[in-house]
Amino acid sequence: MSAGPAGPDALDAPPLRIRRLSVSYATDHGRIEAVRDIDIDVAAGEFLGIVGESGSGKTQLLLSVLGLSAPRAELGGSIRYRQQELLRLDSAALNQVRGNRISMVFQDPMTALNPYLRVGIQITEVLRVHRGASARAAEQRAIDMLQSVHIPDAQRRMRQYPHELSGGMRQRVMIAMALIAEPEILLADEPSTALDVTVQAQILSLFQELRARTGTAIVLVTHDLGVIAEVADRVAVMYAGRIMEQAPVHELFARPRHPYTEALQQSIPRIDAARPARLPSIAGTPPDPASLPPGCAFAPRCIYRMPVCDAVAPPLLEDSPGHWKACHHDGALGKLRGQAA
Amino acid sequence: MNAAAAPDPSALLVVRELTVTYRVSIRGGHALLRAVNDVSFELARGETLGLVGESGSGKSTIARALLRLVPAESGVALFHGTDLLALSGASLQAMRRHLQLIFQDPLASLDPRMRIADILAEPLRVFEPQLTGRQRQQRVLAIARAVGLAAAHLHRYPHEFSGGQAQRIGIARALIIEPELIVCDEPLSALDVSIKSQISNLLKDLQRELQLSLLFISHDLAAVRFSCDRVLVLYLGRVMETAGCDTLFSAARHPYTRALMRAAPIPDPIAARKRRSAPLEGEVPSPLFAPSGCVFRTRCPMAVERCAREIPLLRQVGASLVACHRAEEVDD
Amino acid sequence: MSAAAGLWRQALQRLRRQRMSVAAALLLATIMLACLLLPLLSPYDYFTPHFELLSRGPMLAGGHILGTDPLGRDLLLRVMWGCRISLAVGVAASLVSVLIGVSWGATAGYVGGATDALMMRAVDILYSVPFVPFVIVLTVLFGRELWLIFLAIGAVSWLDIARIVRGETLSLKQREFIEAARVSGVRGAAMIARHIVPNLIGIVIIYATLAIPTVILFEAFLSFLGLGVQSPLASLGSLVADGTSEMQSHPHLLIVPALFLAAIIYCFNYLGDGLRDALDPRDR
Repeated sequence: MSAGPAGPDALDAPPLRIRRLSVSYATDHGRIEAVRDIDIDVAAGEFLGIVGESGSGKTQLLLSVLGLSAPRAELGGSIRYRQQELLRLDSAALNQVRGNRISMVFQDPMTALNPYLRVGIQITEVLRVHRGASARAAEQRAIDMLQSVHIPDAQRRMRQYPHELSGGMRQRVMIAMALIAEPEILLADEPSTALDVTVQAQILSLFQELRARTGTAIVLVTHDLGVIAEVADRVAVMYAGRIMEQAPVHELFARPRHPYTEALQQSIPRIDAARPARLPSIAGTPPDPASLPPGCAFAPRCIYRMPVCDAVAPPLLEDSPGHWKACHHDGALGKLRGQAA
Repeated sequence: MNAAAAPDPSALLVVRELTVTYRVSIRGGHALLRAVNDVSFELARGETLGLVGESGSGKSTIARALLRLVPAESGVALFHGTDLLALSGASLQAMRRHLQLIFQDPLASLDPRMRIADILAEPLRVFEPQLTGRQRQQRVLAIARAVGLAAAHLHRYPHEFSGGQAQRIGIARALIIEPELIVCDEPLSALDVSIKSQISNLLKDLQRELQLSLLFISHDLAAVRFSCDRVLVLYLGRVMETAGCDTLFSAARHPYTRALMRAAPIPDPIAARKRRSAPLEGEVPSPLFAPSGCVFRTRCPMAVERCAREIPLLRQVGASLVACHRAEEVDD
Repeated sequence: MSAAAGLWRQALQRLRRQRMSVAAALLLATIMLACLLLPLLSPYDYFTPHFELLSRGPMLAGGHILGTDPLGRDLLLRVMWGCRISLAVGVAASLVSVLIGVSWGATAGYVGGATDALMMRAVDILYSVPFVPFVIVLTVLFGRELWLIFLAIGAVSWLDIARIVRGETLSLKQREFIEAARVSGVRGAAMIARHIVPNLIGIVIIYATLAIPTVILFEAFLSFLGLGVQSPLASLGSLVADGTSEMQSHPHLLIVPALFLAAIIYCFNYLGDGLRDALDPRDR
C-alpha cells in the first residue's frame, strides 16, 4: 500500500501523517469498526475537508488524532505528528501536543465550554498551562485573539459566561480558544452545523481568513458537500469507516471517480439551478457499522456493482495524480443522472 | 394593516394577520415574546408553500398555531371558510383529521413503546372508529406500502429503524386519514444526506398523487427550491418577501432573501467561490428585543433612517410581495 | 417474533450483565420460595408452644435447625412466617402506592395548570402529616388489624411515587411523540393511558422495587414499637423486637430474623439499582 499524496521522504513532509488507522470498540450489538484502514496526510497550511454521513467514522477519525477516542476503543496503525507517534504517547506528552500544536473545535460549543467559568478564564487557560504566561499577558493575548475572530467589545466578553453569548459568538470563542496557542493544525468537527445559515457563512469565511493569516492547517469535518465546496482545498469522502475518494476540491466536484461521491453530489438540490422533476438518489440506507458487508461497504447501494464488489473491498489507489479512489469500477460514471430523468 | 391582495377564492387555507405571543420567564418576572407578528398568506389546493427563515423567524410557531398546538393571540385562519383559530371541542377534533404534521425528528415523534402497526392505526381509531380491525389492518398495510415500508416492519418498535425509515413511518401516519393539508416541519433536516433525496422525492410524489397541500417549513433554501411552488421568507416573526419559487430564486427583491441565498452553500466549488461576497453581519436578535420599524434593519446593508421609524408593509414589486422600503433599489 | 418484546428483552439483557442484581434476584427468589414452601412441609407450626423446648439454640433441639423461641416454637418456621408477612405487606402496600401514585401523578402532570397545583398541594399536605402518631391513632380506633397496616403504609408511600411520576409526565409532555398523538386526535384519558403511562412503566418499576424495602422496614419499625401484627402471628419486625429482649441470653433469636430482614432489604435495593440501570432511558 503506497502512501498518501506526498511521499514519505519528501523534504516538505506533511506534519500529520495517518497510516492504516483503525478504530474499533465493543458495544451491546457487537464490535463496531468505526474507522477502517485509513491513510491520509495533512499538509502544512492546507484546508482539508472530510465529508461523510453519520456513522461514516469522520468524527472518530478526528478524535483519534487527539487521543480522545472512547476509553474502550482499540486503535491500530499509526498517527505521526512531526517526529512523534501520537498513538504511543503517554497522556502527559499527548497533552503537550493537544490544544497546543493540534487543537480542536467542536460542533456544539455549549457542551465544550464550561458553563460555570467566565469566557476569559477558559481562553487564557491554554496559555497559562502550556506557556506559563503571566495572567496579564495571557489576558491581553486573549483579548487580541477575540478581536481577531471578530468579536466586538472583547474586553467585556471576557467577563461573560458562555450562556450570555449567542450561538455564533460561542463558536467564535471556541475558535479563539483553539487558535490562541498558534497550533499548526486545527481540527473542526461540524463547526457550523448547529448555526443559522447566515452565521454559518460568517464562521466559514472566518476559517478561511484565519488560515490565510496564520498558516494553520485546517481539517474540517462535515456532512455537507456544500460547505466543502465553499472552503476546502482537498477533500476526502468517507463511507462506513473508509475513505472512498480523495482529491483536490475542483477535481473531485468536476470529475468524481467514485459512485458514492457522484451520487452524493447529484442527490443534493441546488439553489442556483432550475429544479429537476426528481432528485437522483441513492437507494437503501448506510450499513449497520456492527455488521458491515465483506466487500465494498457501498456495494449494496451501488448502481455500478459487480460480483467482485461483494467479495473484495477495493483498496484506495491513485487514479490520476492526486486523485485517489477505492472502487473496482474503472469505466465512466454518469449513469445516475440518466436514471433519474 | 396588510397590503396582501384579497383572498384567492380557490385557496384552501387563508391566513390573515396571524399573531402568536408567548409568555416567557425572564429575570425578575415575565415578558411577552411575539413569535409571529401579523403574518398573512394563502395556500391553494395542491400547492406547496415554503416557509423559510432562520431561528426565531416564527416558521414553526405558525405551523403549531394553525394546528392549534399553541394558542394564537389574534388573526384568522380560514380553512374551507372555517376559522381554525376559533374552533373548540368537537368541531376542533373533527377538523384535526384534515390537518396533519410531519416532524423534524422522526424518531422522537414515534412513541417508543408502541409498534409501528399501532402507531399507524392510532389516527384511524380516533377518526374512523367504525372500521373493523381487519379494515384497519388493510389500511395500515396499504399506507405502509405507499411510503415504501414492508409488511414485516409493522411489528417492530421505533428504535429498530433508521432515521429515513422512521420518517417514512411519520409520513404514513400523517397520510393514513387522508388529510387535505400537511405541515412538514423541517422534514429533511435530521436525515442523512443520502436519505434526504429519497424522502424529498417521496413527499413530492405523494403530494402530486394525492393532490395534497403542503406547508413546507425549512431553513434549507435548496430543499425549498426543489419542493415548493411558492415561498414565504420570514424574519423575526414577520414576512419579508413572498413570491413564486422561480421568481424568488431568480430575482429576490428583499435584502434579507438575497443574504440568505448568498449564505446557502452550493455543492460546486466554482459557483460557490465565484459569488463570494461578504456574508451578512451579526446574528438574529432575540425576539424579546425586536428592532423598531423594519426588524431586519440592524443587519441590513441597505438600512436608512426611515427603516427604524416605519414598519415596511408588504407590497407588490415586480412579481413578488416585498416588505422593504428600498425594494426597488435591490438590483437584479 | 423477534421484535415482539424488543425493549423488555434489551432491558433484561442489560440486567443480566449486572452480577450483583442477578445474585440479589436469585437470593430473593430463594427466600420467597422457602417462606412459601417450608411452612407447608415442616412438621411444626408457628403458634403451638412446646414448653419442653424453650429457647434452644440452633442445632440443639432435634429437628429445630435454627432452634426455638421462648415458647418452644420452631424459629425457622416463625422466621418464614415473618418473611411471608413482611413481603406481603411490602408488595401489597407498594402496589397500592403505585396504583394511587401513578394515576395521581400522571393526571396532575398531564392536565397541568390549576388542577396540577391543587393535586400537588394535597400531596404536600399529606407529606406534612406526622406518620407515626397517625398510625397510632388508626390502631387505637380500629385495633391492630393487618389490613390496616397495608392501608396506612400504602396511603402514605404513594406520595413519593406521585411526585416522581408527575415530574416524569411533565417531561414526557414535552416529547414530540405526545405532540404527534395530539395531532392524530388523541385526547385526555386516552392520551394518559396509551402514551403517558406505558412510557412511565420503566421508572415506576424501579421506584416500586425501591419502595418495597422501605415499606418492609417501616412495617418492622411499627412492629418493633408493638403497633404491627398481632401475636402469635409474627413479622420480621416483631421477631426482631422479641429477639432484642432476649439478646443477652439467646442471641440467635435476634440474629436470625435480623439477618433475614437485612438480606431482603439489601436484595430489593440491589435489584432496584440494577433495574434503574437497565430500564432508565436517560442512561442509554
